[in-house]
Parts: sequence; C-alpha cells; structure tokens
Amino acid sequence: MPLLEVRHLVKHFVRKQGLWRPPLIVKAVDDVSFTVEEGEMFGLVGESGSGKSTTGRCILRLVEPTSGEVLFRGENVLQFSSERMRRARRDMQIVFQDPYSSLNPRMKAGDIVEEPLIIHKLGTKAARRARVAELFTLVGLDAEHLARYPHEFSGGQRQRIGIARALALNPALVIADEAVSALDVSIQAQVIRLMMELKERLKLTYLFIAHDLRLVEGICTRVAVMYLGRIVEVGRTQALFANPTHPYTRALLSAVPVLDPDAPRQRITLDPSTFDREAPLKQVGDAHWASV
Amino acid sequence: MTPLLDVQNLTVVFDGVAPVTAVDGVSFQLTPGETLGLVGESGSGKSVTAFSILRLLQPPGRIAGGRILFEGRDLLVLPEREMRAIRGARISLIFQEPTTALNPVMRVGDQIAEALTVHGIATQGEARDRAAGLLEAVHIPDAARRARDYPHQLSGGMRQRVMIAIALACHPALVIADEPTTALDVTIQAQVLDLLRELRSQYNLALLLITHDFGVIAEMADRVAVMYRGAIVEQGPVRQILRAPSHEYTRGLLAAVPGLGPRTAGGR
Repeated sequence: MPLLEVRHLVKHFVRKQGLWRPPLIVKAVDDVSFTVEEGEMFGLVGESGSGKSTTGRCILRLVEPTSGEVLFRGENVLQFSSERMRRARRDMQIVFQDPYSSLNPRMKAGDIVEEPLIIHKLGTKAARRARVAELFTLVGLDAEHLARYPHEFSGGQRQRIGIARALALNPALVIADEAVSALDVSIQAQVIRLMMELKERLKLTYLFIAHDLRLVEGICTRVAVMYLGRIVEVGRTQALFANPTHPYTRALLSAVPVLDPDAPRQRITLDPSTFDREAPLKQVGDAHWASV
Repeated sequence: MTPLLDVQNLTVVFDGVAPVTAVDGVSFQLTPGETLGLVGESGSGKSVTAFSILRLLQPPGRIAGGRILFEGRDLLVLPEREMRAIRGARISLIFQEPTTALNPVMRVGDQIAEALTVHGIATQGEARDRAAGLLEAVHIPDAARRARDYPHQLSGGMRQRVMIAIALACHPALVIADEPTTALDVTIQAQVLDLLRELRSQYNLALLLITHDFGVIAEMADRVAVMYRGAIVEQGPVRQILRAPSHEYTRGLLAAVPGLGPRTAGGR
C-alpha cells in the first residue's frame, strides 16, 4: 500500500466579481492523482499558478479540497473529523518556503520547536525540553540557539528550525513546499544534504514541491509536472528528464539555463493549441506517463 | 579598446558601531557591447557595487575610496546635477522586482514617457508615441493599448519588459541589471533573457549583469567576476571561470549548483 494516494483531487477557488457578474471559478487543482510510496522522495514541479502548493495544502487540509480523495495509509483523510485530522497531522508535516514569515518572530527558537509537542499534549515539560534539544542537534543547531529569536538566525538556520519543528512529532510524511527556494545556493546544498540524511535516519517520505527542475532532478526518485492545475507528465526522474514527452515539459526543460556557455540553445516555446488540456495520462515508457 | 566603465579599487563602508566594509577594493572594466556577469551570494556586495556606480547608495553606506570612470569621467567627483543627466540616460538600472520598482498609480506608457521628458529628450506628445514604440521593441503585444494599463494589470514577465523599456528609453550605453529574472518563472526568464540578448546587440549595450545564478551567467556573460565578502575573488572569460575555476570559493559555488545533465532528444 502506498503511504499517500491522491485521487482525483480538485480545488476550485470561487471569486465574487460583484453583484451582477457571475463569480469567477479558478480551477487551482483540477483532477490530480498520484501516489507516493513509503521512503520515496516524490517531486511535484511546476511554475507559479500551476497548483503545486495548493495540492500540498489540500493533502494536509490546510485548505479544504473541493472534491477527491486523499488516502494516507489507506484511509481517506478528507472524511476525518477535525479531531481525528488533528491527530493524523502528527504523521504529516509541512516545511514552508519562507523561513522569514513561517516562524513566529516573538517566540524563541526552542519554543517554536516545542509548540507542536504542547499542542498534541505530548510528554512532561522536562521530556519536551529534552526532545527539543535532541531535535536541535539533529538538524545541526546548537543548544545555545534555543533561547534566540528567529531574527537572530540566518535564512539557512531558520529553515533548520522549520525542519526541526516539522520533525518534532516524528512524522512519516514531510511535505516540503519550496523549502529551499529562498536560500543561497551553497546554503541550499547544505539544507538538501540535511534533508536527505534525515530521510535515511528517520525513514521519512517526502513530497518535495519545487519550481527548480535542476534541484528536483538531483534528488527525487519520481517527478510529476503540473501545468494549470493538472499533472501533465509523471514518471521516474531519469526517464522523464531523458525523454520529456508532454509539450509543456519540453518547453519547461528547454528554458532552464545550463552551465555550459557552448551548449546549443534550442528554446522550445509552448503552443497551447498543440495539445489537449483534458487528455488523460497514458503510458509513454517504462514507469513514465504523459497527458498526450 | 578604451573601457566604457572602469571601476578602480572601489571601497564602500557602512558606518555604525562596528563599521562594515561591504565592498573592499573592487576593480573591473566593461567595454561597449560587452556583458560582465557579477556573481555572488547574498551579502557578497554585488548590489552595493551596482548602487555605488549610480551613486544611489543611502547612508549609512558611503563610498570610502576608489574611482568610477565612465566614458572617461570620474562619476564620484561629478556634481549631482551632472550625475542626474547620466543616471537613467547614459547608465540605467533594471531591478529584480518589477512590482515594487514601477509606480503602481501611473500608467506604464506614462512611466516610459517620463524617462524621456525628464531628460529633455522628447516633449510630452512625442514621448507618448515613443513609449508605445518602446513597448513594441520589448515585444509587448498590442502595445498602444497596453501603454494605458497600470502595472497591476500586467503579468510579472510583462512588468519586467516594461522595466526594460524604461531602462532603454534614453539609449543608454550601459545597463546595470540587478537579478533581472530572479523573481520570474523559468519559462518567462528564458523569454526575458532572449529579449535582453536581442536588445544588447541591437543597441550595442554594455551590460553589467548581477546574479546569483551561474546558469544565467553561462547564457549571457562574456566575462565573469565572482564576489565573495566584498571582494572579487576571481575574474575572467566565462568559459574559463565555468570550466576551470581557479579560486576555491568559485569551485564550491559551482559544485553547489544543482546540475541538469545533458539533454537528449526531445529535451535539449
């Protein structure tokens, strides 16, 4: 059984346009299905507005999906009561993009990491404190950092605090929503290395949401490419990058700058009239599907 | 060839209880039509260097030493009035974030026209016509109608095109582009880089391209200067820096760039 299975997930945002005009319906996530196996690093890539972050948030019900199913260990979390959902979130945690706005500026780093333990009423004060110290060591922060405020940390260190908070409850699934996008490239490499180490050590499964294809190619086992609310291509990373099949995937890959100044540059521009947006995914190779 | 821009030993200090030397003896040159990539991570001093060239540095930052020769004149000793004639006209600046760099309550056509009238290059009426022409030059479809739009009505990529149109309005010799595509999606980034490349050869622009992305450097730059903690640690032709970096910091930085392998059929 896969750890996470998303089936026909739909999220429509309705925007009122005034009294007389019909409301505008934005199909942010439009019939998205995929599975994430235990121990996998699954990449969800796309550009702004593709629906990748909304998909991540729908899985945790941070936004309530319009329809579909989200099966976590075989159970549909969308039918959980709020109390049951709260308990389920112990197993599913999220690390946000912006280490500047996702940490409460008026709380000390130690308290930020301890908060989930308090909310879930776990352990005595002393036990919680010991756990926080352990988590700090785990993500490469020092005990002396416990009493500091977020503004005293660099971006990379803040992201480590965010990771420590996400790991406090021993989750099985971590959704990393552009978790390293705001960081300098050398710091990015350090945080990625930490995430990979923790994955092995703690048997974590990641849903890695990102816009940076170069990053995803390096670390993910499988990748799904999103475009305008739909998955247009999904497959094993190597297969998908070696043989991109959907016109959007091709255009996207051809737009990524390469490090070689002499590499031939063939920009592929996307012509939306060349493909059917509604086409179902069909198998185009070994462990490789595209909506063509 | 005599350099268009010759920065010699530029030193910038931020005063305070513990003064910080943000730029520490930086020297580089740019010839007409050339693109120099200034690359480095946050806090390396690359943006401070750019702002110093235009004398836009705000206190507590101050230029503590060096010379900035542009077309043979030292910008650092120029009276502010003459500096204003250079700023935006001979040297212009493209910012990272078009959303904050554009005036939200002014039509984009008028913002382009303003660049022309401020420098006395065109009258109000002429400027308005030229603005539409410039929007066409940066490939904004239906330019005449778009000129009447406000920035919020345009997408991020379109806004960056407007910024580029403003930067080019007065036919500058040098454009400083500070992370011009960092805020954009990768497909939009590719379009904006294509545009910059096209306009660069059309107007024989010298481009000082500030970025943290070695991929953008590889696509655009003739030469590269790598900044680290306020100093240029390595400088040279783009192929040499990317293929045989000699400084340890450059090597580390290049190694940290997530690699995208060679593409095969269908890809690149």
